Amino acid sequence: MTSDHDGDGVSRRKVLECMTWAGTGVLWTVAGGVPRSLGLIDAAMAQETPGFSFLQISDSHVGFDKPANPNAKGTLEEAIGRVNALPVRPAFMIHTGDITHLSKTSEFDDADHIISQSRLDVHYVPGEHDVLDEDIKLYRDRYGRGSKGNGWYSFDAAGVHFIGLVNVMNLKAGGLGNLGHDQIAWLEADLRARAASTPIVVFAHIPLWAVYPAWGWGTDDSAQALTLLKRFGSVTVLNGHIHQVMQKVEGNVAFHTANSTAFPQPAPGSAPSPGPMKVPADKLRTLLGIRSVTFKPGAQRLAVIDTPLAG
Amino acid sequence: MFAIAIRAASAAVMLIVLASGFADAADIQVKIDNFTFNPQRVTVKVGDTVTWLNEDDIPHTVRATAGDFKSKALDTGDRYAFTFTKAGSYDYFCSLHPHMTGHIVVESVGGASATP
Repeated sequence: MTSDHDGDGVSRRKVLECMTWAGTGVLWTVAGGVPRSLGLIDAAMAQETPGFSFLQISDSHVGFDKPANPNAKGTLEEAIGRVNALPVRPAFMIHTGDITHLSKTSEFDDADHIISQSRLDVHYVPGEHDVLDEDIKLYRDRYGRGSKGNGWYSFDAAGVHFIGLVNVMNLKAGGLGNLGHDQIAWLEADLRARAASTPIVVFAHIPLWAVYPAWGWGTDDSAQALTLLKRFGSVTVLNGHIHQVMQKVEGNVAFHTANSTAFPQPAPGSAPSPGPMKVPADKLRTLLGIRSVTFKPGAQRLAVIDTPLAG
Repeated sequence: MFAIAIRAASAAVMLIVLASGFADAADIQVKIDNFTFNPQRVTVKVGDTVTWLNEDDIPHTVRATAGDFKSKALDTGDRYAFTFTKAGSYDYFCSLHPHMTGHIVVESVGGASATP
């Protein structure tokens, strides 16, 4: 944050605080609000300036067959059905990891078969469930081409700079998610030449903010990455891993975690452990879902809309 | 062969003394449930085998911090066993959920205990 220059700095800061607050309020309305209102807002805005939208799905855990959802393949198929039914076709999809449950070839095959029915380009980052084979060969061979290090990369679309980070490898005893020195050095180089006005979208599996460290829901060295992003006016961070929607705004950075397409997990601290949460069968699909994200040029915040599979 | 069969059959029992190999070699079980190793701290003797059993609906691993032992991913109901042949103090964790940690103290058979 910049320091005050002179006597009018205080009032300027107050204005900025108000703006931040207003921005936060708008975000919460858009991100966590009532879907119908969002629909109206979105429709109204869409008539003025057509936005650019993309899709996020997460934690499909293909291969999971435990009581919390004996048919994770089926709910992924339903999620892709929702994607195909969207009124506005997204530009592409990102998958924030845990594609499979046990990194088996058959699970990757099934996931590919289902997700490909969206006929969208998909940008993946791995979850810890995707890197269980000894050499992490299965994930790398399918999704790692063209990426750096353990699978990180960046690309540009519609003036937005997208950065896929990997924080599920080389985890340290007693620790959380981990980016590592090499990846942070790459991120610094990747951002160096970019104008602060470039909207940034960062996506990674484990949350890049301390959601609940007692359950491992955070990333040890995320502060270093976020420091590199501080100078940018619009930063959106999209994560998975915790199988529920949560948001937080810190300065110019908006953090969002997504629902799973496979099974829900409990709210932080509300259960003895973060294991799969069994809910009544008629409630399951209200806790699974997909997310669309719309960027409108000139807007600091991206509009994030989470759509459950049912309800 | 007979001793091996007994060892496999007894894996679900907390503490079984086997009449083979080491005179008092034991098989100690650590359960993995609710994202914890239970018991989290175990003291055994050289020659004892520790067996981890995953009872969670999520896979876990058992990995020594210093690299002495390492399991594959254990799905629900899977086991991993390691026989300790050296006295010492062993920290381990789940490489998928590294906030899960455990500790094994291995005492030499002669009675001299390792520093925890």
